[in-house]
Amino acid sequence: MSLFTRSLLRAAGRPTTFAPTTSRITPLPSLLFSRYLSDSTRAAIDKAVATSPVVLFMKGTPEFPQCGFSRASIQVLGLQGVDPKKFTAFNVLEDEELRQGIKEYSSWPTIPQLYVNKEFIGGCDILMSMHTSGELADLFEKADVLAAGEETGPETAKNPAQPTDG
Amino acid sequence: MSTATFRRLLATMATATSNTPMEDLIRRKVTEALNPKTFEIFNDSHKHAHHEPMRGSTSKETHFRLVITSNAFEGQPLRLRHQTIYGLLKEEMAMEGGIHALQLKTRTPAEEERQEKKNEE
Repeated sequence: MSLFTRSLLRAAGRPTTFAPTTSRITPLPSLLFSRYLSDSTRAAIDKAVATSPVVLFMKGTPEFPQCGFSRASIQVLGLQGVDPKKFTAFNVLEDEELRQGIKEYSSWPTIPQLYVNKEFIGGCDILMSMHTSGELADLFEKADVLAAGEETGPETAKNPAQPTDG
Repeated sequence: MSTATFRRLLATMATATSNTPMEDLIRRKVTEALNPKTFEIFNDSHKHAHHEPMRGSTSKETHFRLVITSNAFEGQPLRLRHQTIYGLLKEEMAMEGGIHALQLKTRTPAEEERQEKKNEE
């Protein structure tokens, strides 16, 4: 629990302005992976997914991802223009309890995992697919998690889902 | 020995000493559960053999990419489709030296047709 708590504290130390826009909690789809999930781990993960509107459980850090799929997910969030102030990443490699627990919590056996407003969205493939189809832009728009202001940088200009008028 | 008999014998030998037990298992489980219209398995393990989590692993079947087109996905969100596959391969993904990464492309025949048409344009 110690490392997990520490990453939580670190996340809390950031200038996050977390105000959940919805109190809806999605019921977990199945008990498929929930055999080993203790109440304390579940409570800790409940807290983790509520840290920011956008939460990514990943291997490594946004600056130094330790896995190609985590790296790709971070890149997509960047391309979409997610507001860093509304985003928290948890490094599952820092905490074995979190690493195993999150798989059971989400009924999802792989990392990375994305949550938006406490709702599980999916893993890397789903992010990529939603990014391409434009669904992800809609989702982020509705969730009000995109950075405000001018579109800067060539990346955002290339993204057809982003408004291009300035 | 006729050519047909020889071929059959070869096929039997191939299954008995398969070099790809995990791939075979994935193929069987997915095919049984989803009756896919098309189903491709790509073994990408060699691309990831040198990264840290694979240290000490001797398995040549750790990273897979599945491209599945099935009517069973009709009306399901992506998340549910992926969860179905994960459920089928739960043990293989959880076990030591089993599947480490699984990329999924899950489409209905209609979605596949739409996307392919779009790609041609």
